[in-house]
Amino acid sequence: MNGSLVTVTIVLSLVLAGWSLITTLRNRPPDLTHLVSLAIVEASLLVLAGLALAAWAGGEHPGEPGTFFGYLVTLVCLPPLAGVLARMEPTRWGSVIVTVVCLVIPVVVVRLQQTWEVTGG
Amino acid sequence: MAEPSTGTSETEASTAGEPPARRTNSGPGRVLIAVYILFAIAATSRATLQIATKFHEAPVAYLLSAFAAVVYIVATVGLARGGPGGRRTALVCCTVELVGVLAVGATSLLDRALFPDDTVWSGFGQGYGYIPLVLPVLGLLWLRRTREAA
Repeated sequence: MNGSLVTVTIVLSLVLAGWSLITTLRNRPPDLTHLVSLAIVEASLLVLAGLALAAWAGGEHPGEPGTFFGYLVTLVCLPPLAGVLARMEPTRWGSVIVTVVCLVIPVVVVRLQQTWEVTGG
Repeated sequence: MAEPSTGTSETEASTAGEPPARRTNSGPGRVLIAVYILFAIAATSRATLQIATKFHEAPVAYLLSAFAAVVYIVATVGLARGGPGGRRTALVCCTVELVGVLAVGATSLLDRALFPDDTVWSGFGQGYGYIPLVLPVLGLLWLRRTREAA
């Protein structure tokens, strides 16, 4: 797992969570900036997933393959989920949804990294 | 201010000037649904994986994970559909969840042997930031609030 890319995805996600929180506090619905930001987060996650799968194909093994794959699939689904629900809810609560999902993404990224690194000694 | 917007579908008919029942699936309800979806995904993938790869290690725990997954999925659908049926479904699911998380939480602390591996509800959901404990309470409060406003 590429450590710096992991950090990038976490930071991007947290920045967007902060921005959505500000939007929520200003009582605004999510707008185009949120959707574009979600797309950027998604792109970074896809790169992360791509590199991880490439490393896997190249002979490296995640510590817990099943769990790792489960987290990976879940992870890349999160930004689209937030985007769709945010579009369905054009109120401040849509901004809350983006905030919540963007707080969940770093947790999943960290768990993903843990399941990669548990090499079982 | 936080006016629940009308979605594209499933408008509940407001008949004869009576105030329409507040919908469970918009405004804060949609946030609740989002979190329920996350837990449905988390519990489902966890249970699937555990049952597929190491069922014999802790059958009770893994069947419980699967049960929790089903409850989260049904609760999500209930909240998302709204209406009297969806509301009833969600009410049952939230109640089952609350009882489940309390019972499993207490049991897992008292008798570790019964749950050699963790479930979503072990230790009152501490592996998931205690959200499994908070979520059904929020769900029940939300159902109550939307009912009272009806």
